[in-house]
Amino acid sequence: MSALQAHMPALQVIVPMLSAPLVLLLKERRLCWAATTLTSLCSFAIAVALCMGVLAGGESYYLMGSWPDPYGIELGVDAFSVLLLLVVNGASTLVLMGAFGSLNQDIEGHRQPLFYSAWLLAVAGLNGILVTADAFNIFVFMEISALASYVLVSAGPNRRALPAVFKYLIMGTIGATFYLIGIGLIYLMTGTLNLADMEIRIHLVADQKPILVAAGFITIGLALKAAVFPLHVWLPNAYTYAPNMVTVFLAACATKVSLYILLRFDFFVFQPNLAGHDLQFAYFLMPLSLLAVLVASTVAMFEPNLKRMLAWSSVAQIGYITLGASLVSLAGITAGLLHMFNHALAKAALFLALACLGMSVRHLRLENIAGIARQMPWTMAAFVLAGLSLIGVPGTAGFISKWYLISAVFESGPWGVALAGVIVISSLMAVVYIWRVVEVAYFGSLETGSTTGATIAEAPLPLLLATWTAVALNFYFGFAASLPVELSTRAARILLGHIP
Amino acid sequence: MSSAATILACLLIPLAGTIAIMLAARVGDNLRETATLVTAGALAWTVWSLLPEVMAGERPHLYLFEIVPGLDVAFTVEPLGMLFAALASSLWIVNSIYSIGYMRGNKESKQTRFYVFFALSLAATIGIAFAANLFTLFLFYEALTLLTYPLVSHKGDEKTLRSARVYLGILMTTSIGLLLPAIIWTYWVAGSGEFTPGGILADHLQGPALGLLLALFVFGIGKAAVMPVHRWLPAAMVAPTPVSALLHAVAVVKAGVFSVTKIIVYIFGVDHLFDTPSSGWLLYAAAFTIIVASLVALRQQNLKRLLAYSTIAQLSYVIMAAAILKPLAEIGASVHMVAHAFGKITLFFAAGAIYTASKKTEVFQLAGIGRRMPWTMTAFTIGALSMIGVPPTGGFVSKWFILAGAFQADNYVAIFTIIVSTALNAAYFLPIVYLAWFGREVEGAGPEHGEAPLASVIALTITAALTILFFVFNGPVIELESQIFGAPS
Amino acid sequence: MALLELYHYWAFAVLLMIGFYAVIAKLNLIKKLIGLSLFQAAVFLLYISMGKVEGGTAPIFMDGVDEQLYSNPLPQVLILTAIVVGISTLALGLGIVVRIKEEYGSIEENEIQEIDQR
Repeated sequence: MSALQAHMPALQVIVPMLSAPLVLLLKERRLCWAATTLTSLCSFAIAVALCMGVLAGGESYYLMGSWPDPYGIELGVDAFSVLLLLVVNGASTLVLMGAFGSLNQDIEGHRQPLFYSAWLLAVAGLNGILVTADAFNIFVFMEISALASYVLVSAGPNRRALPAVFKYLIMGTIGATFYLIGIGLIYLMTGTLNLADMEIRIHLVADQKPILVAAGFITIGLALKAAVFPLHVWLPNAYTYAPNMVTVFLAACATKVSLYILLRFDFFVFQPNLAGHDLQFAYFLMPLSLLAVLVASTVAMFEPNLKRMLAWSSVAQIGYITLGASLVSLAGITAGLLHMFNHALAKAALFLALACLGMSVRHLRLENIAGIARQMPWTMAAFVLAGLSLIGVPGTAGFISKWYLISAVFESGPWGVALAGVIVISSLMAVVYIWRVVEVAYFGSLETGSTTGATIAEAPLPLLLATWTAVALNFYFGFAASLPVELSTRAARILLGHIP
Repeated sequence: MSSAATILACLLIPLAGTIAIMLAARVGDNLRETATLVTAGALAWTVWSLLPEVMAGERPHLYLFEIVPGLDVAFTVEPLGMLFAALASSLWIVNSIYSIGYMRGNKESKQTRFYVFFALSLAATIGIAFAANLFTLFLFYEALTLLTYPLVSHKGDEKTLRSARVYLGILMTTSIGLLLPAIIWTYWVAGSGEFTPGGILADHLQGPALGLLLALFVFGIGKAAVMPVHRWLPAAMVAPTPVSALLHAVAVVKAGVFSVTKIIVYIFGVDHLFDTPSSGWLLYAAAFTIIVASLVALRQQNLKRLLAYSTIAQLSYVIMAAAILKPLAEIGASVHMVAHAFGKITLFFAAGAIYTASKKTEVFQLAGIGRRMPWTMTAFTIGALSMIGVPPTGGFVSKWFILAGAFQADNYVAIFTIIVSTALNAAYFLPIVYLAWFGREVEGAGPEHGEAPLASVIALTITAALTILFFVFNGPVIELESQIFGAPS
Repeated sequence: MALLELYHYWAFAVLLMIGFYAVIAKLNLIKKLIGLSLFQAAVFLLYISMGKVEGGTAPIFMDGVDEQLYSNPLPQVLILTAIVVGISTLALGLGIVVRIKEEYGSIEENEIQEIDQR
């Protein structure tokens, strides 16, 4: 067992990656689904094992092919990676468990094996980003997961998915290429691609211009992939027109993993070495975060398309995460990372509830769900409860991150009160856009809704179970928040530990 | 049963009750209402069983769990909370009896949902009453807001929804916008939010910042309805009358003033606030609310809206009494919480009974109704007298204490406010009473009717009797509250 | 003159900008993809050119040849991977364009937008 334990970081990538082609060989839809879910479950189990390892003893490192670092490719798993490994694999597993019916509806039968295969590749890519400690490796995994996600999104039933995914592809590739330019320049100056090694060697050339240019390219490129305002334009449509289950998965994971690279790179490589970089980072990121929070929430308040509304809300929530990071303090980064975890929970539950609605309502627009709470009481109850978590009502996971975030901005000095004001205002905006849906669904009259005569019934049981599991997790981590808090605090320490 | 288990039972009984109500509803309406009554009875009995211990000076404590280091869900029963919990749980029994008559008499829809959320609201109220720290208080405070929303929006038509939006909007805005930052600020400067006798802020926060924090708390607790965050209360009057009676005369609004009082006593510390001039604004804000709300009430034609504005004024009595920051006035604050609860629930019961029997909602329609509904109008008269503060009603006792406290502090603003508002109270209640008994009924203005359903009449008779009894038997309440504030001299 | 000595960087920068311009300014989706490929190719050139050591030869170990100056092989290896990634992206992009053509009957961005707004 201990021999296996040592290989966990590599297995985290290999298991989903090798299963991806195998799934293709299974022609039967249900078998494909079962195999994918099982693989995802295994992957989640590995993530849990890694998490326990990190909680027990700290980081685990792994040398691919036993090549010594810094020459070989090193994998490294610490609290930060584990936090997101749990999110990615947990979300993937949960979504897959409930996905069969919904995917069956969205995707033609003969394409499903391909679809599941792409899903596993996306998981493998995201896991790869999280476990590797090599800058170029990150690029490769980033592209694997990105290409797979383009495929997933383009499977959307509406033809508008296609222009959306094209835009996503262009933006994503530009972001990844910017990143590639950045690490190229760094390699040029330091001759290494290993993150830890880079940190040491970059110190000798920190005053050279190419390093500064590299920092610019990497930050912009990753911000583009992470949909940091105002580089978010690809996100709303991509989320809106993807198949419902894909939206759940992407909303929970994709942008967060890009943020992970952004933070890790910035705090590992640049913050400790570039003079005044922390201030540049904060002054660059903080105004953008505040704008993201306010602008995106405002747009969400007036958006009639439910999926797009939640997508805009995601842009705003990314703003919370970057706001926490831009404080460059232990409390701030902890809050940001914690919100990565908690927002994934809340958004996954909300999008799952929408997926339930999507089983009966073709176009998820506000006017089409009038009075639907009577036919789908469980779905709407889940939506309300998950919405409370997004708003940040006490007792939910969302509250915990909001508590940490507001505490952190109070700590940050005289401007803290203004920042707290922005957080509070946007929470209230969240009340507005969630409650708009609640009112229509509970008190709207069915006559005005154009349900096109289709019978509306409660969503299939597996999907409902997945939704309610997500909702329950929101409340569980609202009352027993020690695991994510512990992981984020440790991760924040690791990130800040490199700053002298 | 250990005291910790009793506290837990107080929280769980209403929750178990909701399940019982839902299950019983499948069998029939009678069983469902029996379930409600049994739940209410069990809850009241359990809450009361804590009283001897608290009277003996003990503070039963229940520690549930730690969310993250520094944030606990924990409960402590202290005199203020004991009083509030006993009040709310006991009146729930009476209110349940009344609800049966009202809901059936008016053939309201979705009665099961109504009873379920009512029970849940009570659970949240008990949580507020027993909360041992600010976080637990906030948790249940928000829960109460959300759980009462379905009750306020019960009717579900466009007008009701608009009002419910105002209700939720104001309560959520103030609690997230002001209360949450205030709580986080407190945790940040004091390192904890435990309710501690004598307060926890004395060593950490002085001067103008203290006044600002107090403002965040007072206006953040929108349920206390200090102007200008009072608009939700008239809006909430679209709810069925039992909701207005128990929640918007007792549980919800009292949760507001109770929280403010508790925070003043256990977080700020009465003495610390008294020594800080920047907190003096609270008295003026409360006095302003009392006078203005009374003036607005004077002009109301709708009976329930009139009662709502009267409630706003009466709530600020409690705030003002607490803001006098003298032991006698603090006792007056808690006594007034009880006295007003008895009086106002009676008034709402009467208003609802009138509506059930005659569909009348406006003041001018009430001419001569006393002859048709003698029981109801007698109760109404008693309630109105208590609001004005005439002996022999409970309202007199609390005003006595508040005035005594005001004299103790030489606080002439408070004394003046009490005198003026008494006159105003008389000015808007007495004409109604006169009209009801001695007015001439307009011929053919409405259908023939007699008294309201028996259950409603029984309920309002009980509360009217309590209003009078409280004039005589207020000793235990004063004894209980004296524990925190020192013996009345 | 020093500026011209680093001519390969100029080539990189000019190519990069041409590609980037095409991605942003062209409305035709295929032209966008061509721009994207150019954009990526520029980066490949950056990597490859930096691995060249002046006077260095191919890094092949042979008996009897030692003390030889070699070019850095690592960038070439990296770019081999990146080229594969680039090809896949291009292929996927073209695939999507084909689907767009099928669904909308056009591959002009503004026309597609018009159709969607209808």
